[in-house]
Amino acid sequence: MMQFMLLFSRQGKLRLQKWYVAHPDKLKKKITRELITTILARKPKMCSFLEWRDLKIVYKRYASLYFCCAIEQCDNELLTLEIIHRYVELLDKYFGSVCELDIIFNFEKAYFILDELMLGGEVQETSKKNVLKAIAAQDLLQEDEAMEIALRDVGLL
Amino acid sequence: MYPYYESDWSVLPPEANRRFNPAFNMATIKQVVNEAIERVRMPTPMRLRDLIRQIRAARTAAEERSVVNKECAYIRSTFREEDSVWRCRNIAKLLYIHMLGYPAHFGQLECLKLIASPRFTDKRIGYLGAMLLLDERQDVHLLITNCLKNDLNSATQFVVGLALCTLGAIASPEMARDLAGEIERLMKSPNAYIRKKAALCAFRIIKRVPELMEIFLPATRSLLSEKNHGVLITGVTLITEMCENSPDTLSHFKKIVPNLVRILKNLILAGYSPEHDVSGVSDPFLQVKILKLLRVLGINDVDASEAMNDILAQVATNTETSKNVGNTILYETVLSIMDIKSEGGLRVLAVNILGRFLLNNDKNIRYVALNTLLRTVHVDTSAVQRHRSTILECLKDPDVSIRRRAMELSFALVNAQNIRTMMKELLAFLEKTDPEFKAQCSSAIVLAAERYAPNKRWHLDTLLKVLVAAGNYVRDDVISSTIQLISDSSSQQSYVSLQLFKALSEDHQNRQPLTQIAVWSIGEYGDLLLQATPDEENGIVPPTEDEVIELYQKLLWSPQNTVTTKQYTLMSLTKLSTRFNNTNNKIQQIISSFCSSLHVELQQRGVEYSQLFGKYSHLRPPLLERMPPMELTRSQADNGQTNGDVSDPEMRSVDNSPRHNVHSESNALLDLLGGTDSTSDLDVMKISQPVAQPVSNTNNQDLLDLLGLGPISSTPTTDTGGNNLGLIMENNNSNALISNQNSNFLSGDLFSSTAIERNVPTLTAYNKDGLQIVFSLNKIPDSNTLSINVTTTNNTLSTMTDYIFQVAVPRTFQLQMLSPSGTVLSPNGNVTQDLKVTNPSRNSLKMKVRLSYLIDGNPVQDQVEVNNFPADIWD
Repeated sequence: MMQFMLLFSRQGKLRLQKWYVAHPDKLKKKITRELITTILARKPKMCSFLEWRDLKIVYKRYASLYFCCAIEQCDNELLTLEIIHRYVELLDKYFGSVCELDIIFNFEKAYFILDELMLGGEVQETSKKNVLKAIAAQDLLQEDEAMEIALRDVGLL
Repeated sequence: MYPYYESDWSVLPPEANRRFNPAFNMATIKQVVNEAIERVRMPTPMRLRDLIRQIRAARTAAEERSVVNKECAYIRSTFREEDSVWRCRNIAKLLYIHMLGYPAHFGQLECLKLIASPRFTDKRIGYLGAMLLLDERQDVHLLITNCLKNDLNSATQFVVGLALCTLGAIASPEMARDLAGEIERLMKSPNAYIRKKAALCAFRIIKRVPELMEIFLPATRSLLSEKNHGVLITGVTLITEMCENSPDTLSHFKKIVPNLVRILKNLILAGYSPEHDVSGVSDPFLQVKILKLLRVLGINDVDASEAMNDILAQVATNTETSKNVGNTILYETVLSIMDIKSEGGLRVLAVNILGRFLLNNDKNIRYVALNTLLRTVHVDTSAVQRHRSTILECLKDPDVSIRRRAMELSFALVNAQNIRTMMKELLAFLEKTDPEFKAQCSSAIVLAAERYAPNKRWHLDTLLKVLVAAGNYVRDDVISSTIQLISDSSSQQSYVSLQLFKALSEDHQNRQPLTQIAVWSIGEYGDLLLQATPDEENGIVPPTEDEVIELYQKLLWSPQNTVTTKQYTLMSLTKLSTRFNNTNNKIQQIISSFCSSLHVELQQRGVEYSQLFGKYSHLRPPLLERMPPMELTRSQADNGQTNGDVSDPEMRSVDNSPRHNVHSESNALLDLLGGTDSTSDLDVMKISQPVAQPVSNTNNQDLLDLLGLGPISSTPTTDTGGNNLGLIMENNNSNALISNQNSNFLSGDLFSSTAIERNVPTLTAYNKDGLQIVFSLNKIPDSNTLSINVTTTNNTLSTMTDYIFQVAVPRTFQLQMLSPSGTVLSPNGNVTQDLKVTNPSRNSLKMKVRLSYLIDGNPVQDQVEVNNFPADIWD
């Protein structure tokens, strides 16, 4: 099971954090800081895995963003790379050639997409199409709601 | 419409806007005016986008802080005023601020309010906030549980989805209990979108509260007959968790093996399906999950393994390997093949896949291969040996993780045949490696050399190289073992002293272990050093007396050497005064200069040794005579020092060569018993000592040690023997001194032949992750009490600290636990503890054992049930 996922920039700024295990805020911050420094210090030619406490850390850099996941000993680290890649593909499809700024300004969307791909630290959907369909339908729901309120305001409803 | 109103509209929030009905009357106008005044007092909050821009525009941390603090103060005020219109926007901003690392706990309750709102937008942000700001530790449980319960019953699938997602992320045990029923209902929902999420929720619930598994069992099975991959993968995940949870469920699910095989086969054989294709591989996520479940189902089960052999072979040969995803599946397949009872041919195939991985360009794949080989090396050494050169090559990898794995694997591959070549590589590695590896690597080299050294000269050379290469990272026990080895190998002493002198005179900068060993052996064999045969190959000639003394002076005055090293040096120098002929005055001078040393320990030595040059000089030669060779049975020395804290290096050889072990142990005992006439008893012992009992042996040795090899009579007295043994063992463990027991223990037939002949039954209660717990059972005669001597051994290379051992027995038993001999387990060290179990009703004994410890700073906790006590134990 994935324990948490962190997205951070090359400057070490956290862009997204998803925790599937309960930790106090202080510990979360400590873990985040520790991992960001460790990973940023690694050279680009190094492998994507490191052992950290009793977990395996899998990370990969896409442009200026690092995607970092902590998984348990029994999990497949190569598959975790695939999960990261799938998430990046989804972001790319949703935002249309995604960049760091998209994720900064629409961080909630990035969370929504992740929540349709994974649940409780495990993959819940393996079809890209289904994830994007679910997100689009929910976005539409929000728009409909806004529209309905607007129409109500002008008295058409 | 007046423009005045129009411009006002955009300011007003949507909710207030709706009062602008074309059919307005006086009352509504009044209301609107009032609300407009309200708005002026509290203007429209900044948009999320603008806040992010402002924060990003901040040039210094202080500037950023002030923007954030201002906004937080504003958000707090809106929360206080119960502003529900902009709550959603404010929480979104707060979540951004939270990600920057600022406190945001004051938004927790507001998130719950958002969740309770009927609008989907509010719920979406509210649940997101709940997942980020709350976790199972928060005390708003009841509130959120109610919200979740409502939304789980919603008619909109996406609202149910949000609730399920949140429950999956922050389910606490209480929440899990309260909502398990709802989840079970949703697992049977006709909607696949909800079903898959519910399955993963069930997975999380079981993880939190394993007892809740029962309710989900009926609904789980049908998840596998699904076409939708989302439902399939979540179903497989859930079943895997259930199987790992209880052995009963595991056997319940054995019958799904054919189903899984069929699904997997369809995935491989089915043509291209764009929806689930990842670079030519059909749904790798699902394949990996199924392979993992097959592994869980096939472990130790011949029939199940048989049923999956074919498909595993098929996956292993048919998977496209040019990309990471293909290798992902191969990797998982290899793991499954190794763990189940698979055919020999399949295993060879698996190791060969790993061999190919080692040659892969991708570092990640190489790392995974090393990792997996490390797990399989003990099962199939010869297959892994074939890839030795590739593995050694990985020692030079730029990546630390790969280097570490390669190092561990290399040590696992060392044997008597390849020790010379392997050590050459490993010593080269030790020299260049980072400090973090040095301690571990040097210890492992020392161990391997001890076990496989082809001859003493080579062994000593290797140790010397380790001492030079690892410097101060060498562990302390290496010093004493090296000294013993030198002492024991009389033919090499002059050679070693010469080599050590050379190493010392080249570089004595801060290599304390090397310096200590060197001065010990120069002091002990100073005369041999002067007459050593020159080592022409390396151009080393024996030094003169003056050169030696000069070196000693440097050592003694160097600020880098520790006080302990200086103590070694002083002692050695004193010894040299009887080994050397012409430099006695000089030596005396140096020693007496320490009579006024600032360090009290050195001063004491200075004064004491000076006495040996003055009034008591006639005592000096006999006092400083060469020590008799120390024998390499290190257990004696260790036990003597640690007094009851049994650390037995013999244990190291247990796993590899049990036969040799028994032999040497009984030898050690023979040595210990020395001149006694009890050889006949010992012969009996040698035969009756089962291989699996090295631990009880060690205790005997210990006892003998503690008793200072007191007179051991061999008159057999039958009934008290066992009792006495138990008592003494207790004393031993609690570090109590034997002296408070009166001497009839010593003469009281402690080692009467009955006590030894009577095979104390032992059982291994736990053996996992290098931690082994062995129970030696000893029924106390004429009572219902069983005395259990628990010996815990650390077979890893790291020290375990904070070791806690707890035991629970059924109520009909009474348990008494005595204090353990320690809480720290050094590598190959052990801890003993005594338990007494009284069984008035003579039931069969069951025991629950819980243990916890810290290894390399990581806490480990485990629990096992021990119910394999021999049935005749109470007779």
